[in-house]
Amino acid sequence: MSSYVSPIREPLITGSKSYHDITEDLVSPTEKVPSASWVIGFVLAISALAVGLFCIAWTIWHGIGTWNLNRTVGWGWDITNFVWWIGIGHAGTLISAILLLFRQKWRTGVNRAAEAMTIFAVICAALFPGIHVGRAWVVFYFFPYPNTRGPLWPNFNSPLLWDLFAISTYFTVSLLFWYTGLVPDFATVRDRAKGFRKKIYNFLSFGWTGAAKHWQRWEYLSLVLAGVATPLVLSVHTIVSFDFATSVIPGWHTTIFPPYFVAGAIFSGFAMVLTLMIVTRKILNLQDYITIAHIESMNKVILATGTIVGVAYLTELFIAWYSGYVYEQFAFFNRALGPYWWSYFGMMACNVITPQFFWFRKIRRSIFWTFLLSIVVNIGMWFERFVIIATTLARDYLPSSWSYYSPTWVEMGIYLGTFGLFFTFYLLFTRVAPVVAIAEVKSILKSSGNQYSGKAEPGHHHAHVTVDPHFKSYLNKSSYDYARDDKGNLSYGSTAPSRTSRLVEDEGEKSSTASTLASTASTLAADDLKKIEGIGPKIAEALNASGITTFAQLSETTTERLQEILDTSEGNYKGNNPESWAMQAKLAADGNWDELKDLQERLDGGKFA
Amino acid sequence: MAAKRLVYGLYNDEEILLEAVKSANEKHIEIYDVYTPFPVHGLDPLLGLAESRLHIAGFVYGLLGTMTAFLGMTWIFTKDWPIIFGGKPYWAVPSFIPITFELTVLFASIGMVVTFYIINGLGPGVVNNYLDDRITDDKFCIAFDGNDISNSDAESFFKSTGASEVHEKDL
Repeated sequence: MSSYVSPIREPLITGSKSYHDITEDLVSPTEKVPSASWVIGFVLAISALAVGLFCIAWTIWHGIGTWNLNRTVGWGWDITNFVWWIGIGHAGTLISAILLLFRQKWRTGVNRAAEAMTIFAVICAALFPGIHVGRAWVVFYFFPYPNTRGPLWPNFNSPLLWDLFAISTYFTVSLLFWYTGLVPDFATVRDRAKGFRKKIYNFLSFGWTGAAKHWQRWEYLSLVLAGVATPLVLSVHTIVSFDFATSVIPGWHTTIFPPYFVAGAIFSGFAMVLTLMIVTRKILNLQDYITIAHIESMNKVILATGTIVGVAYLTELFIAWYSGYVYEQFAFFNRALGPYWWSYFGMMACNVITPQFFWFRKIRRSIFWTFLLSIVVNIGMWFERFVIIATTLARDYLPSSWSYYSPTWVEMGIYLGTFGLFFTFYLLFTRVAPVVAIAEVKSILKSSGNQYSGKAEPGHHHAHVTVDPHFKSYLNKSSYDYARDDKGNLSYGSTAPSRTSRLVEDEGEKSSTASTLASTASTLAADDLKKIEGIGPKIAEALNASGITTFAQLSETTTERLQEILDTSEGNYKGNNPESWAMQAKLAADGNWDELKDLQERLDGGKFA
Repeated sequence: MAAKRLVYGLYNDEEILLEAVKSANEKHIEIYDVYTPFPVHGLDPLLGLAESRLHIAGFVYGLLGTMTAFLGMTWIFTKDWPIIFGGKPYWAVPSFIPITFELTVLFASIGMVVTFYIINGLGPGVVNNYLDDRITDDKFCIAFDGNDISNSDAESFFKSTGASEVHEKDL
């Protein structure tokens, strides 16, 4: 695409990918045998799910009395977990809808997995009200359908019913949005598959052909769905907050709840996306598609929404004092200093203080800190819902009915079970579907791929295929081996060179820019940099990300530049000294393997002895 | 109907494809269809594709959702089974708004998605003829109807516009 992208924008796709590389990298995880870590994760997830199913069965068999709810504490872990999961389910559609409207290109790297996460989180959430009603088998009474009981209708004035509509709509729209995005990618998987697998993906891809009109409508559909899903995302947690805000319970009936819940939902949703994506990108080797730039962008959203949440907490406290209403004042005094002080403290520490660390660029761009802080935020947001629900209900208007609520093993088991459900679905998803939206990533390659971006490494400028008129005229002059087979059909595809090799030839012959193009050409045939003493898989990755993929390139890179790459990469490479790498690479590039071996024997971990 | 014979060329880059489509327009060669691995911007006007009216359909579906929800609740609470909740009037408009909004979104989304698949002729179990497996990977395809253009003309067109491969296929 020729749309303008500011040169100061970081590339969103690194590793100088071609379209075919993108297909290869993103589809191959679904084609391989699952890794050991996947199998272990899946067994753990299924086990947790089994525990959850047992506890749900136990609840349904023995009744809600197996939970520690009582006369005043009518909501406990169940609704806490419900709100927590719904909040997590906010990131996916936010990323795919709101960020689409804002034309944020980085969403393409994470939207697919985030939307999947949304759908699974909403399933986990919906489970809780479903079993909390007690008679789970008649939960469909909630829906207004013509029935033989009058017909008796549900109460449309009740926020609990609004919530049912909000969540079922949210689930349906997210699912449709997600699946429509998946259809072209399933077609990509289909066209690489064989046999029975091809049949399955042919079914899943709905017969997608990639025709121009279909793509045009697909883009329209995505845009309009994003348009309607944007207010939908904001409405869902607004309505969840109405469950509390329309009541007459001090600490709940505040007008700040809707915006504060929405900000909190986005906050926790992004934290969960980060937790998952950091692991996923590592295990599936997606570092070129989910880059540090993506992580930093998400951390900025966490910082913004976390700060809104922090301001909301403080505003609540101020308003409770300023209202002069003793019940409201007591509710907040009790939250902070009552028997549940620990949960209030946890909430404040995790949600108000933690995100502020993301003011520092180093922390925003650090995988380790991001992962750690994202988990802290997840915990903090659980505490927030627990504080709102349990502390408020455990001490209501009548001191005679005060109690201390803590969950039973059944409640804890169900919560564990939702994790099992969530991760079972998520792990299956990573096996069945490309976790990064292939077509969407391809469509931003020309504007955000590192080889096209203005931020390409100095001395490593790639040819701007899109803007170079010589390139096109060259292509026009290219000769091809046309041939006709015996039937007179045209065919020469088999003899035509592949895209990558042709680029190499074309560019190599352009003498005016031969030196720069040669580096482009050589990137297309990467060497195993790990053969250089002192370079392990991590450093090799870092070098690749900086555009150094071959021995020839490495041999031309200065020690200072290498040190700079090491310093700016994630991970600690203080002990690594790159002084000999260029020399080693020169030998490797020239094919002097024996000399390289001699040299390596004299080196000490890549350092001159 | 006799099987349709398509002659198609595969290109390696969307920029080359766009130039080729322009060239076909200049030479007044009718393009049967263009197939790409991702939406190529700038292609629609070259192919003379009219703007999609999907959003208009979406609006109509949305309106249908609004009416269903609002009129439905109105009928239920004023005519079918009036109940006083919390001292509110039967026709409590403000508390109908959340559900009205949700159903508007729901109807618009489901309606548009279903329409999208139907007008594109796509859906579960649909099997289309695919020209080339690599169109969903990294090839950009221009297809001509074999009855509109001779093989040699198609060949020279693809050759002059930088296609990497030329094939023909009966659909």
